[in-house]
Amino acid sequence: MEPTFSSRAYLDMELLRFTTAGSVDDGKSTLIGRLLYDSKSIFEDQLDAVKRASIQKGSEHINLALFTDGLRAEREQGITIDVAYRYFATPHRKFIIADTPGHIQYTRNMVTGASTANAAIVLIDARNGVIEQTHRHTYIASLLGIPHIIVCINKMDLMDFREEVYTSIKNDFQVFARQIFPAQDMRFIPISALKGDNVVKASGNMPWYTDGTLLHHLETIPISQDHDLKNQRFPVQYVIRPESDEFHDYRGYAGRVAGGFFHPGDKVVVYPSGIESEITAIDTFSGPLSEAHPPMSVTLTLKDDIDLGRGDMIAGVEPGLQVSCDINAMICWMNQKPLQINGKYALRHTTRDVRCIIQEVDYVLNISTLEKIIENKNILMNDIAQIRLRTTKPLLFDAYTTNRITGSLILIDESTNETVAAGMIV
Amino acid sequence: MGDYHLTHLKELESEAIYVLREVAAQFERPVLLFSGGKDSIVLVHLSRKAFYPAMIPFPLLHIDTGHNFTETIEFRDRLARSVNARLLVGSVQESINNGRAVEEKGINASRNVLQTVTLLDTIEAHKFDAAIGGARRDEEKARAKERFFSHRDEFGQWDPKNQRPELWYMFNGKKRMGEHFRVFPISNWTEMDVWQYILAEHIDLPSIYFTHERDVFYRDGVWLATAPFMEMKPKEKVQYRKVRCRTVGDISCTGLTLSTADTVEDIIQEIAATRVTERGGRYDDKRSEAAMEDRKKEGYF
Repeated sequence: MEPTFSSRAYLDMELLRFTTAGSVDDGKSTLIGRLLYDSKSIFEDQLDAVKRASIQKGSEHINLALFTDGLRAEREQGITIDVAYRYFATPHRKFIIADTPGHIQYTRNMVTGASTANAAIVLIDARNGVIEQTHRHTYIASLLGIPHIIVCINKMDLMDFREEVYTSIKNDFQVFARQIFPAQDMRFIPISALKGDNVVKASGNMPWYTDGTLLHHLETIPISQDHDLKNQRFPVQYVIRPESDEFHDYRGYAGRVAGGFFHPGDKVVVYPSGIESEITAIDTFSGPLSEAHPPMSVTLTLKDDIDLGRGDMIAGVEPGLQVSCDINAMICWMNQKPLQINGKYALRHTTRDVRCIIQEVDYVLNISTLEKIIENKNILMNDIAQIRLRTTKPLLFDAYTTNRITGSLILIDESTNETVAAGMIV
Repeated sequence: MGDYHLTHLKELESEAIYVLREVAAQFERPVLLFSGGKDSIVLVHLSRKAFYPAMIPFPLLHIDTGHNFTETIEFRDRLARSVNARLLVGSVQESINNGRAVEEKGINASRNVLQTVTLLDTIEAHKFDAAIGGARRDEEKARAKERFFSHRDEFGQWDPKNQRPELWYMFNGKKRMGEHFRVFPISNWTEMDVWQYILAEHIDLPSIYFTHERDVFYRDGVWLATAPFMEMKPKEKVQYRKVRCRTVGDISCTGLTLSTADTVEDIIQEIAATRVTERGGRYDDKRSEAAMEDRKKEGYF
């Protein structure tokens, strides 16, 4: 067999996670379908199924949106009801798309999809320009700390591919977005997802635009600095004690590096005790390593015999990590049952499980106008608010803007076990 | 502060190891669902990595339909011995014998659906609170919405409309008595990722993944293996062909591919050139467009 596919190149690809935000009719599903279709990520049997379904529904062309159609309920109602994940790869990168719905009531899904994303695609319908939903989506992307925003101005075909339409929407977007995030990496691309202009192939209809297709941007956005590489952070996830003859006294701290670079010989501080120690080895099944960085899963061993377990943190000796029971956080409420002030919730932060009491709601945010409503203490599903809470044991944290892993938390309703809120520590 | 580069496969490996360690930390009685297929073999490999130098802290569970390829069963026993893991086997034949499951009749009869009964009974009997599986979101559209930690009620059922939001990498494994979780550490892997990982890590596979000659017959666009329990239609003819399995399930539903690929490298070239999805050869998914979604709700893998 003649080798045509290079495993070496495949093994050298990076991973980019991105999320898509748009209103119901902005053509989001069509855009994802277009990316998958034009990057040849659709298999023949999938294509056949979609062709059949398109004809059945009386459509003349292949309905690209059907590629991302998930559950039966959605097929029946024609709406996306939850986060779905899609995959495709080009010779440069592998991509994970968190496909989230754009309805107002589904803010929680967008927050979920955004929580792990390197990049967000914000879709704007060229006919409508920047609308209230654009504000909401952009604000959520900023709140969740997504490092790169790609604004796709879609349906340019319906506006005769005119440059002034694109320029005017771009200006409108920048005016409001710069208030939310002045230093954000922001890119603008005029596209037609339906016709394929500037998605994977450069458009012949818009010669005035020369800054690259959407796929080109997705393939080249620099992502290596998206983690906090400065502050050493290692939440202990699990203690490995083989209790075998060969590893009789072995005690390793398993976890995923949440920040900074770790090396054998590094002086570290163990929290919450504050005891200093030194890393003796970074162990893996394939052998010891000379360096570990985010997001690697490794096992650290320490020089000293310290009482250390799940939920504790190994950090650098530099000050910075905060240790406190009093937490201020922006939260997105995700449950039908409203937030209870003075209510008690289970709280998960990194690998640490504690309980907390909600002490105060500082304000609820109108995410369309960014107005802080101080009088409103009633937090309902999909609301975004700043709150104060107190935990039963101290959290070991950074601000979310410094580190998305050590700065995030979730609240869990202890009676239903449901995850009710996503929190970003201020 | 330096720059770094982590390849996508290393990142997926790290993610899977993290998920496996969360299972060991959050649950009292986890179990790894071992099908004999490549995805669950990769899971065993990842589990060794996650807990090294300790042993894998959970047993392997195989739901045996009694209609498996001999090669799968031999491989299963050998692998469990080599990694020193406890192997449990749930028998679909026993479920049929004691009346818990009813054998399907007719030409397309399969024990694939019956596995759900045996699986749920075994989980209940051993009081397992987390069952780790090798499902991937790229396999099938109902799976695209699956969480890493997927909650199941006391009847073992999945409610796709009422899933817990999964934020960052914080997995909420809290549950009531009698409920359990399905956990999918390789959710974000594609078929190609799995094969590349097998190649890079030199992972052993059952011989049926590679080309071999056997008696097969052709039905509705799929090649199937002959076996005493496989009923054939009058017009279907037995042929002796060079085939391999692209996925491994029980004989009644595993579609075979005409292939001469006899190394992992060959298979990778074949997949790169193939334009049909992996489950395209799965006879069980052809029953209806929403077949997988229905089975998942009932508690299938």
